[in-house]
Amino acid sequence: MEFKYDVEGGNFAKAGHAASAVKKVLKQLNVNPKVIKRVVVALYEGEVNVVAHAFKGRIIADIDPSRIYIKIEDQGPGIPDIDLAMQVGYSTASSKVREMGFGAGMGLPNMKKNADKLQISSNVGKGTVVELTTYFNS
Amino acid sequence: MKVCDIIEKLGLTVFSGEQGLDREITGGYTSDLLSDVMGNSEEGQVWITLQTHKNVMAVASLKDVAAIIIVKGFQPEEGTINQSNDEDIPLLGTDMEAFEVSGRLYELLNN
Ligand SMILES: Nc1ncnc2c1ncn2[C@@H]1O[C@H](COP(=O)(O)OP(=O)(O)OP(=O)(O)O)[C@@H](O)[C@H]1O
Ligand SMILES: [Mg+2]
Repeated sequence: MEFKYDVEGGNFAKAGHAASAVKKVLKQLNVNPKVIKRVVVALYEGEVNVVAHAFKGRIIADIDPSRIYIKIEDQGPGIPDIDLAMQVGYSTASSKVREMGFGAGMGLPNMKKNADKLQISSNVGKGTVVELTTYFNS
Repeated sequence: MKVCDIIEKLGLTVFSGEQGLDREITGGYTSDLLSDVMGNSEEGQVWITLQTHKNVMAVASLKDVAAIIIVKGFQPEEGTINQSNDEDIPLLGTDMEAFEVSGRLYELLNN
């Protein structure tokens, strides 16, 4: 099963839309609630990063009986130093975004903790691709 | 303890999400950083915050918190209220600061 969601940069009102839709699907498939939580935490953080840091993006979620694979692809500034971005507390979020309670620099670390596999590739000035895989019986 | 019990004991305002008032409370989490709550809160906790915008509800519903308490007399935005009603997660309010309401909730839950 494949699902696609569009993400608009800057549109915080819609942030979490894809994570909430995927949560419903996984619930219907009777996936272990603890695994569902891990998937939606990672997906939500990826989705919000597109909203907060990029211009627009597209999320593809591919679900088979053993795992969910999620690809979050955006057009945006890209990440110049991925190792630095992965560090807890590192953030380039604007002051407006910080006032809303984003910008703790915890999103990427949350993704790493909650996905079985996380792969990030980025092209500065073009965009970022984040791939997450989580197995259902992990 | 249920959400409705703490409303009475702490004198909280109910903004929305009345359908969720019989949710069971397992603890509390106090933070204004959404990624912190996303990463560290647990199902059934009461989330205490000063944030009032709609993303609060997105986090609350993905993590299945029992209720949200907005502190210092802040009012939730309309989108937040609507989503709280859709998800049946109560949105509560108090004039107390986070420190005080957290302490009083801790006391209630641990006695
Ligand atoms: N899709 C992206 N495009 C461009 N830069 C990104 C993207 N995702 C992350 N970054 C960069 O990596 C940094 C760290 O990301 P991370 O999600 O850990 O923290 P944050 O988004 O700043 O804050 P938080 O997630 O805690 O609200 C960001 O501040 C930003 O500089
Ligand atoms: Mg982030």
